[in-house]
Amino acid sequence: MPLTCDPLLRVLRNPTDSAQLNLSQWDLLLRQARRANLLSALSERFLHADLVDSVPPKVRKYLDAANMLADANRRGARWEVRCVLKALEGTGIPVVLLKGAAYVLADVPTGRGRLFHDIDFMVPKARLEQVEQALRWQGWTSTHLNPYDQRYYRQWMHELPPMRHVKRGTVLDVHHTILPETAKLHPDPEKLLSAARDVPGFPMLKVFAPADMVLHSATHLFHDGELENGLRDLVDLDSLLRHFGDKPRFWDDLNHRAAELDLTRPLYYALRFTRELLNTPVPEAAWRQAQQGRPPVLLASLMNALFRRALLPDHDSCNTWLTAPARWLLYVRSHHLRMPLHLLVPHLVRKALRGKVDTEKP
Amino acid sequence: MKLSDFSEPALTRQLAGEGLVLHTGPFSVHVRTTMSSVVQGLSILYRDYDVSHMQGYADFHVQLVAGGGLRRWYKPQVRFLFDGFAPFKPLPLDQAFPMFEWGLNWCVANHMHNCLILHAAVVERGGYAVVLPAPPGSGKSTLCAALVTRGWRLLSDELTIVSLDDGTIVPLPRPVGLKNHSIAVMKAFAPHCTVGNETRDTNKGTVAHMRAPRQSVEQALTPARVGWVVFPTYQSGAPARLEKLGKAGAFMRVVQNAFNFNVVGVKGFDVLKGIIDDCACYEFSYGQLEQAMDVFDSLAASRVAEKPAQKTA
Repeated sequence: MPLTCDPLLRVLRNPTDSAQLNLSQWDLLLRQARRANLLSALSERFLHADLVDSVPPKVRKYLDAANMLADANRRGARWEVRCVLKALEGTGIPVVLLKGAAYVLADVPTGRGRLFHDIDFMVPKARLEQVEQALRWQGWTSTHLNPYDQRYYRQWMHELPPMRHVKRGTVLDVHHTILPETAKLHPDPEKLLSAARDVPGFPMLKVFAPADMVLHSATHLFHDGELENGLRDLVDLDSLLRHFGDKPRFWDDLNHRAAELDLTRPLYYALRFTRELLNTPVPEAAWRQAQQGRPPVLLASLMNALFRRALLPDHDSCNTWLTAPARWLLYVRSHHLRMPLHLLVPHLVRKALRGKVDTEKP
Repeated sequence: MKLSDFSEPALTRQLAGEGLVLHTGPFSVHVRTTMSSVVQGLSILYRDYDVSHMQGYADFHVQLVAGGGLRRWYKPQVRFLFDGFAPFKPLPLDQAFPMFEWGLNWCVANHMHNCLILHAAVVERGGYAVVLPAPPGSGKSTLCAALVTRGWRLLSDELTIVSLDDGTIVPLPRPVGLKNHSIAVMKAFAPHCTVGNETRDTNKGTVAHMRAPRQSVEQALTPARVGWVVFPTYQSGAPARLEKLGKAGAFMRVVQNAFNFNVVGVKGFDVLKGIIDDCACYEFSYGQLEQAMDVFDSLAASRVAEKPAQKTA
C-alpha cells in the first residue's frame, strides 16, 4: 500500500521500530526524511528515545550532520530575534513570534530539529507602519518592489511583503493577523495577541498561548499553506500536541479557543491527520468535541483522500498516480480559501502572464 | 570490482538500468544515466574506482536525465536529479558530465555538516597535507593538478573535508577540474596525464577534468594531517614567492573559504584553531608551474627534516 510512506511514518510513530529495519530500509528512510525536510526531526526523536547508538554508522553521520544544521539554525534564529528586538526597542511594541522561531525561543521540543529560514512575527495592525519604519532603519528592506506585489500584500494579505536584511540576507515576515484579510475564516488578531505569553529572559518578546500555537500551526497547514512541507508541518502539530497535551486544561482550551477564533475546521483536520498518520494521542472527549469542525460527509471523505496523499513527502516511494492531481487540487483550494474568485482570477492571470519575465513570488 | 571491469557497452547498459554505486572517498553514489557523454566521462576518469551493484544502501542517489517536453528536440538539455529532485536548473546537453561533477560536489557540500568543508584543494606528501584555499581564478586547481602529477597525493581539488573529531583531512579524490588555459597548460606540463573531453561555453568557460592518479584513489581511506595552509595566486610571468602569514589573518582567510563555518559552530572553530596553530601558513604567488613545484618540494622536505618518519593514518 503506497499511502503508508514506509518506513518514515512507521519510525516517526514509533522510533523503536527502527530496530527492525534492514540496510535498504534505512536507505529509504534517509531518502524520505531528506525529501520531507525531516532528517533533523528524526534525529531528535532517536536522541530522545536513546536510540542513536543503534543507527547504522553510515546513516548516523547524516543524522549527526542534520543535528548540526538544526543547531546552527536555532543559534541563527536566536541571534536574528535579538536583532529584531533591538531594532524595535524604541517603539515599545511587543513582538509576538510565530511558527519555527516561536518554537525555538519558547523552547518547546518542536523547535529542536526544526529547520526554517524566515523569522515570522506578529504585531498589531495599527502599529505596522511604525514597525516597518523601525526595521528599515536597521537594514531590512522590502523584497517585492513591483507596485502590484506591494499592493497585493498590503491590501489583501496578513503580512507585509517579506523584508530582507541588506547585509545578513535574513528574511522577516511581519504579520498583523494569521490569515489573509480576504480569506474565508476570520480569526480575531486582537484575541490572539492579548492571550500571548511572555518569553522568559526576553522582556518585549511573546509567543502564542499553547492552544493558539496549535491552532495557528493547523491553520497554516490546512487552510493556507501550499503543502510543500506538509509532513514536516504535521510532525510539528504532533509534537506540539504531545508536548502540551499533558497539561490539565489544554484540550478543553483547544476546542474552546477554536470555536472562539473561527478555526474549528483546521483543528478538526489537524487532529484527524495527526491521529491517523502519526498516532498522536488525542483524548476521546477532545476528539468528540472537535467534531464541531467536521465538514459534511462527502467533503470530509474527499478531503481525506486528498490530504492522505498530499501530506506525504514528494518522493517516488510515496507517490501514486493520484498524488499529483491531489496536490494540484489542494493548491487550487488553498488559493480559493485565500481570496474570493473575483479577486483571485485576475490575480492568477496577472501572475501567469508575468511569470514569463519575472519568477519572483507571489 | 573496479569501474574498468566494465566495457563501455556494459557500462552503458548497467547505468541505464539499475545503475551502479560509485565509491569515492567516504561516499557511495548510486548513479543512473542514459547519457553517453556521462558514461564516457565515467569510463575515462573513474576507471580506477571501486564500484558495486546497488544493494541496500548508498549515500546519494543521483541521475542525469534529458530535459523533458520540447527540449527533447529543441536545444536539448540535461538535468541533474538528486533522488528525483532537481537542485539546479537544466544545462545544455553537452555539459552533462561537468554537471555530474558539480552535482556531486553539491551532494557533499549540502549533506556533510558533521565536517568542516572548505573551498580548497588539498594534496599530501609524507603524511602532511597542504591546504590550498582560494577563490576561483587563483590557479588553485592548476597548481593542485600539477602537484599530483609530481608525486603528491590528491586528497581533493575542490572540497577540503576536515573531520571535526580530530582535525584530519578526509580524502575525496575525484577528477581535477581544469578551466580554459589551464587545460593546455596541464597537457604540456604533464603529457602523460589523462584529461577527459573538453566542454565549451559553460558558465566557467571551457572545462575539462584530469583523471586522479591511481595511487590517490587507492589510498582514499587514509586521512592526512594538515602541515601547511598556502593561499596561491597565479600571476603571469611572476617569480615564485612564498611569504609567511600571521596565524590570525590566515585563520580568517580560511573561514572566508569555508562552506559551512556557521553550521559547525564552536566545534568547527576549535578544530580550525588547532589546525592553524599546528601548521605553517603562507601566501604563495607564482607564474610558472616548474618553479612552483620546487617550492612545494622544499616545503615537504622541511617537514621531513623536522619530524622524521611520521605515520600517515
